[in-house]
Amino acid sequence: MKYAAKKIAAMLLTMVVVSLLTFTAFSLISGDAAEIMLGTQVTPERLAALRSELGLDRPLPARYLSWLLGFFTGDLGMSLQYHQPVRELIAPKVLVTLCLSVLCFLLITAVSIPLGLWSASRSGEALDGARTVVNQLCMAVPSFFTGILLSWGFGIALKWFMPGSFPDLGEDFFGAVKYLFFAAVAIAIPRVAMTVRMLRGTILTEMQKDYVRTAISRGAPRRRVLYRHVLKNSLAPVVTFLAQTMAEIVAAGIVVEQVFVIPGLGRILVASISNRDYLVVQAIVVILAFWVVLANTAADIINQRIDPRLRLGGDA
Amino acid sequence: MLEIRDLHVKFHSRDREAVAGVSLTIRDGEILGLVGESGSGKSVTAMSVAGLLPRSRCDYSGQILLDGRELLHIPRSELRKIQGREIGVVFQEPQSAMDPLMKIGPQVEEVLDIHEKLPKEERRRLALEALEAVELPDPEAVYGKYPHQLSGGMLQRAMIAAAIVIRPRLLLLDEPTTALDVTIQAQILELLKKLNAGSGVSMLFISHNLSVVRRLCGRVAVMQRGLLVEEGETDTVFHHPRHPYTQRLIAAIPTRERREEAP
Repeated sequence: MKYAAKKIAAMLLTMVVVSLLTFTAFSLISGDAAEIMLGTQVTPERLAALRSELGLDRPLPARYLSWLLGFFTGDLGMSLQYHQPVRELIAPKVLVTLCLSVLCFLLITAVSIPLGLWSASRSGEALDGARTVVNQLCMAVPSFFTGILLSWGFGIALKWFMPGSFPDLGEDFFGAVKYLFFAAVAIAIPRVAMTVRMLRGTILTEMQKDYVRTAISRGAPRRRVLYRHVLKNSLAPVVTFLAQTMAEIVAAGIVVEQVFVIPGLGRILVASISNRDYLVVQAIVVILAFWVVLANTAADIINQRIDPRLRLGGDA
Repeated sequence: MLEIRDLHVKFHSRDREAVAGVSLTIRDGEILGLVGESGSGKSVTAMSVAGLLPRSRCDYSGQILLDGRELLHIPRSELRKIQGREIGVVFQEPQSAMDPLMKIGPQVEEVLDIHEKLPKEERRRLALEALEAVELPDPEAVYGKYPHQLSGGMLQRAMIAAAIVIRPRLLLLDEPTTALDVTIQAQILELLKKLNAGSGVSMLFISHNLSVVRRLCGRVAVMQRGLLVEEGETDTVFHHPRHPYTQRLIAAIPTRERREEAP
């Protein structure tokens, strides 16, 4: 467990650094919040009053600390645009985006691992070339385009869901998941193709290794060699790859949420950026960064469970 | 017990035949040494016997008979019943021949798991017995270790345990001591001798090192460029080598070693 504890400590440190960088960057680029709120036709006295009300007259480190404290206690400040607490504004949207990301991630994992195995075990056959073409095609088509097709096909033509009327997560959970499913598919397709290609490559490399020959010399059938030995040895790079995929899912989600009219973080992020509603943008950026750091830490810990050689520094 | 008749193997990627008509017999309970430099075809010969030839990437002909049963041309599914069960293999580098993510115990048991339907505890008992037979200290502890936690010598003992746990008729040893240092090498040779004397398992010992073969094998066969150039009792071959290649090989053994082992 020592290893996991170390990784989690490193993760927390990374999160602090990420939040510090984000905060500093936004302080530098966002301009004066008080000015944005009051417009240009304003007396210097009113401006100064609002500044001290918002705490903008304090030095940067002090503002960072109180903001960080606020972040963990749930007080993210007020939105400049909507005049309501940032927390209230984004909490339901975080939930929607989280559901979409998790759904998409499960989909990628559940589809690409069996598909990768199948593709590797069929390598060298006549249809190999055709499989590569399909794979390349899936990788090349952008998610928003697939999203438009899916939305038209399953939404408008087949009426499996109503594009534009996203059910409330709390009221109709399964309806919402069904709606999100099609968006998840759109995001997943290129990533599934990449994961399959990567897993296939790793498996084919592992198949050349000596321990595979040992297993064959014991009379192990092909399936046994693949599942008992090769798959586990091929998994470590795939786990790392999937963690990176987590970040890509979030990024692709921002666009695909627009296509499917899903009230997630993507829409409000885009809106807040154009409104220079920097407290909202800042909170979302930090949340997304934490999410990615969390995924990578999870991948490291899982890999260490898979491969005992990584435990050398920890609990060997 | 094992008879190789006129074995030819040619890989598609090469011009020359790797094995160009080898005939060889291994008798019950004997240790036959197969010697030659790299590329002489000795390993390919052994791999053919073990059923490890990449059949789609080479041409092969001849016969390999295990107790009269032809192995070279039988279907894979039939071959699998022989592999591990009748013929055990020990490879050159134990570090890479072991699955790095699997504990020693399950790897030793694997051949039992494949070929015999035994309860878990029985498999474990046999595995511990085999680990004990190869003189590993504290078999219980070794059973639960990962390959990277053992030294090369201990790993090679574990590999031997994994091959003999099911009591095969023939053990193929493909340069099993080459990757080990000299003291460990001597210990492994002693162990192999003991196992052979104890259980009567026949062995085909492949090596490029004549002095090692001399210590272990009753008979020796010498290969060069895919051909068998000499075969006979180890002592006879050493004292009266007929083929010039064998003579050169013997001359290549460091002299002090030759004198010490000559009596």
